[in-house]
Amino acid sequence: MEITKQDVEKVAKLARLELTENEKAAFATQLSQILTHVETLREYDTTGVELTATVLGQVNVFRPDEPRPSLPVERAVANAPESADGFFVVPKIIEDRQPL
Amino acid sequence: MSIHKLTLYELHTKFTAGEVTATEIVRAYGLRIGQVESKVKAYITQDKDAVTAQASALDASLKGWRKTAPMMGMPLAIKDNICTEGVTTTCASRMLGNFVPPYDATVIAKLREQGYLLLGKTNLDEFAMGSSTENSAFGPSRNPWNLQCVPGGSSGGSAAAVAADECAAALGSDTGGSIRQPAAFCGVVGLKPTYGRVSRYGLIAFASSLDQIGPITKDVTDAAFLLGAIAGQDPLDSTSADVPVSDYMKALKKKDLKKLKVGVPAEFFAEGLDPDVEQAVRAAIEELKALGGTIKEIQLPRTAAAVATYYVIATAEASSNLARYDGVKFGLRAKETKDLLDLYMKTRQEGFGPEVKRRIMLGTYVLSAGYYDAYYGKAQAVRTLIRQDFDEAFHEVDLIVTPVTPTPAFQFGTKSQDPLEMYLSDIFTISVNLAGVPAISLPCGFSQTGLPIGLQLIGRPFEEDTLLRAAYAYEQSTQWRTKKPMIR
Repeated sequence: MEITKQDVEKVAKLARLELTENEKAAFATQLSQILTHVETLREYDTTGVELTATVLGQVNVFRPDEPRPSLPVERAVANAPESADGFFVVPKIIEDRQPL
Repeated sequence: MSIHKLTLYELHTKFTAGEVTATEIVRAYGLRIGQVESKVKAYITQDKDAVTAQASALDASLKGWRKTAPMMGMPLAIKDNICTEGVTTTCASRMLGNFVPPYDATVIAKLREQGYLLLGKTNLDEFAMGSSTENSAFGPSRNPWNLQCVPGGSSGGSAAAVAADECAAALGSDTGGSIRQPAAFCGVVGLKPTYGRVSRYGLIAFASSLDQIGPITKDVTDAAFLLGAIAGQDPLDSTSADVPVSDYMKALKKKDLKKLKVGVPAEFFAEGLDPDVEQAVRAAIEELKALGGTIKEIQLPRTAAAVATYYVIATAEASSNLARYDGVKFGLRAKETKDLLDLYMKTRQEGFGPEVKRRIMLGTYVLSAGYYDAYYGKAQAVRTLIRQDFDEAFHEVDLIVTPVTPTPAFQFGTKSQDPLEMYLSDIFTISVNLAGVPAISLPCGFSQTGLPIGLQLIGRPFEEDTLLRAAYAYEQSTQWRTKKPMIR
């Protein structure tokens, strides 16, 4: 599988990764090599074979829906790069609009 | 008596008998770490004051009363992707350089309840992605047998710490061989339990359907002893199994392999296997036969597909798991960004190293529209075939014996430029994770250059006892464990 620089840029955007020009070039080559190796899987006939998502065969694991203690807010936000009044602070995501 | 030379179980016996105090243990290990750590670089974080205070509190509480828990007073090292409340847990990443977990992983809660001593957090490849610790943001650890060689990875710091007597035992995690390969490279014992045997709660996720925590120890007895202390179902991990935990120490009573059938898969002795490794493993198979095991040739025909299958599934799961590092709730946040998207992009650019980025890219690609079925779906189907290989083999045999790695420890820099070559070196360990079965790595000889060689025993799901029994019989009939590295 030949991976182009454009493919790399598209995937990097999906993955929310900013890449340098050098990284883009290196990843194009390396991902091409790795995916070429991955394509050897085509040699295996998997017609009608069930997919494995997990080995234990569990379906759903339930527990009683009962209140339990949780982390206090101040400890939950203690590792945040920026917090205020027990909230995570993020850049503004809603654009200002002109008042009607 | 040199405390640091004792095995975990020997030290436990002395501690329980009141022959050694926790304070003496911490002092002895402090000295040992002081002697060798500048060469080995096994640890990322140590908190000497905290562990000293913990030891003296433990000694005070025990005055005249020696009824102890298994891990009480035991000086352990913990891989730095396992959350320890109040102690920095970095995953060897810039992204989590200052992350202080607000809770303990379940394995740590169990050890803490028993009164263990945390000597420190050990080095790894960033987010457990790698086979050499060369991907650590804090620099690599070194192999105690030869400081020019890698200790293996990703649990390289844990294996090096055990081999260098910088702890009595350690915990690692194994997604594609990350306990067994460094154990083999460093000449110690590493056990990857059955998927679901040990809780993953608080293990920072890499590939959730493959990750498993396990012991890295000086001998097989210690592996049984430490596994017993951490195993069991956990309401906080819905993938932990509702299967009773055996008394693994009892598995060590029979010192033979009588009535056990041992399979040798031809696919694991193919070209590319180092002659010293092949010779050591073949000799070990003869020894297993001499101990009463019945040796049988078997087939695991889909072995060649394991690396490709793994690098699709593991990276797909990783790309999803690592989406949480967005510069908002914890970890690094890039400065001077223009909007939220820019904050995500720049934070992840600055916080992740090259291998982590490569795997996120690969995982995102195989999950993306148009490629999902061809890559991810295909790999999940081939994973089923690989599991079937093991199922069929375990109808015929009780154990499978193989090398752990194609070669002994390699030198720094020899594989880090070629990711595919590095991935292919995981060929013998990876299929075990895809099948979810347990496996142990233990020393079985040395190369002509004096580097340790590992033997892998693979068992049926939840039959860790059979693995430990066979590994113990082999260990006791050979002398490999008595040879120690000269660190220079």
